[in-house]
Amino acid sequence: MFDKSRAPVSRACVALGRCQVASLHALAVSATGSLVVLALLLLPVGVGFWLLPRAARWLRALSDRSRARAARWTGTPVSSPEPLHGDRHRNARARSTAVLGDEGFWRDLTWAWLEPVAGGLVVAAPLALVEYGAFGVLVQPFVWRLLGDGNWYAFVPVHSTPTMLAALALGLALMGAGLVIAPATLRLHARLGRPLLSASRGARLARRVEHLADTRARALDTLAAELRRIERDLHDGAQARLVALGMTVDRATRLLETDPRASRELLLDVRTTSEQALADLRSLVHGIHPPVLADRGLGDAVRALALDSFLDVHVEARLPGRFPAPVESAAYFAVSEALANAAKHSAAREVRVGLSYEAGLLRATVTDDGRGGADPSRGTGLSGVRERLDAFDGTLALHSPEGGPTTLTMEIPCVSSSPKTSSC
Amino acid sequence: MRVVLAEDLFLLRDGLTRTLREHGDEVVAVDNGPSLLRALLEEDEEAPDLAVVDVRLPPTYSDEGLQAALEARRRRPGLPVLVLSQYVETLYANELLAGGDGAVGYLLKDRITHTEQFLDAVRRVAAGGTVMDPQVVSRLLSRGDARGTIGSLTPRERDVLELMAEGRSNSSVASCLYLSESAVAKHVASIFAKLGISPSADANRRVLAVLAYLKR
Repeated sequence: MFDKSRAPVSRACVALGRCQVASLHALAVSATGSLVVLALLLLPVGVGFWLLPRAARWLRALSDRSRARAARWTGTPVSSPEPLHGDRHRNARARSTAVLGDEGFWRDLTWAWLEPVAGGLVVAAPLALVEYGAFGVLVQPFVWRLLGDGNWYAFVPVHSTPTMLAALALGLALMGAGLVIAPATLRLHARLGRPLLSASRGARLARRVEHLADTRARALDTLAAELRRIERDLHDGAQARLVALGMTVDRATRLLETDPRASRELLLDVRTTSEQALADLRSLVHGIHPPVLADRGLGDAVRALALDSFLDVHVEARLPGRFPAPVESAAYFAVSEALANAAKHSAAREVRVGLSYEAGLLRATVTDDGRGGADPSRGTGLSGVRERLDAFDGTLALHSPEGGPTTLTMEIPCVSSSPKTSSC
Repeated sequence: MRVVLAEDLFLLRDGLTRTLREHGDEVVAVDNGPSLLRALLEEDEEAPDLAVVDVRLPPTYSDEGLQAALEARRRRPGLPVLVLSQYVETLYANELLAGGDGAVGYLLKDRITHTEQFLDAVRRVAAGGTVMDPQVVSRLLSRGDARGTIGSLTPRERDVLELMAEGRSNSSVASCLYLSESAVAKHVASIFAKLGISPSADANRRVLAVLAYLKR
């Protein structure tokens, strides 16, 4: 919604300005809508085939702009329909047919005819109040002497100083009323426009299915790669060490009678090898699912990360209970990657990590005081994180202006479970 | 000495019980969090002198053992606790050290393969000392290196600091590094002067001060 930090008066003025923009826009929409209908009517005589694709494109440009503006003003994105594909066809008749078969085009047209009536009149109300009020305040005090008895302002007959003052007060009140209702009007306008502007349910579902199929395929790829890595690590690490261990024990056993001293040396080797095998397994397990994450959940696991980072990392975690294990894991590795990046590239000294959960959205922010200018396309770390978050419909946003600070924001929609109660 | 041992894996519990019994300790072995807490809070004759605790225990298989040990220490301040784990976390080390009154140990399970060292750790914790796993200390030191907080130390002083942070006495540091005790004392004084830690005669306070410095 609106920026909460702004004073109510300036917020009302901004809303009024937006009403003005929206009402002018409604005029343009109305004109373009008529043009499209004209093009449809002209189809039988041929000119329509030339005009329709153009008019449809103009209309789409207007509706796209409305969507972008609605998203900016209300903070909630509006899903847009599939782009018009008419341009692919070379001949005008085929282009027009493509437009006519496009679901988004018909939704645009409906919107073009309803928006000026529903939306345009709504946003005109505060404008009319303020403008008529301004007429009362700025013009009435001066013209009543010239006009004499027949001069009325709204229901006030203005022909003397007291009635002029009454008109002045009424004008001020009308302006005030216009300003007061402007923000609510704008919200109402957005609410009326949204169902018409957003893509149809079918289009949204189709897009969703495509996205799911895509992220599922990538999640499966990632999983397979991860399993291969684990297999390889076990094979080259712990498994190899255990084989070596068995062989050394065997030799030690054979030497036990003849050369106890050498046998003892070998057994000490066995101990070292077993420790190395344990260390291998430990780092492998840590890479799969950090034990502290399993034990304590995301908040403490990130605190543990912070303690091992050589930057000053301040963690502020406000999390109710635990989250599904895959979500915790994805968020943990995302924060871990962000901290590693901050340590490697940003020349930062201090990092703030925020973890919060609100309205079904787990949010992690990592802000460093480094030099900024981070490029998300460079390096594979962040794209790996993005892919991982994608599987949960999560998002990752990087804000890193030159000179810093760099903020990485990750959001994952999920459900929190009630806090685990300890048995002691 | 009466030792309460909490470990859910039979082989390890059995091995540790044998080791401790062989060295004359009385062992009460338990295999889950709730019975551990009960055993730690026994009174009079049954009161434990030391707890040897695995972090992860049934029924939750989360940090049940650690939580039980911390809870027991809240109710019975100064109860010696040696925590064993498959992995070490600086976070858990901090929680164990938080009380500031020592008699805590935190070791990787791997260390029990060195029986002498393990028993030494048991004795030191029981006597009120602090024992930190070399891996916790090396993490703290490498963090200190990266932050430049211990850059002024000579390599030898760094070795001494490392062993001191593990909770070793001067004589133990001396034998580890093949130095004389007086040489170690000199290094220790120099480390404290360089890092600006106020020296303390009490061995336990010394460890805590060093660890607190490294955690900065």
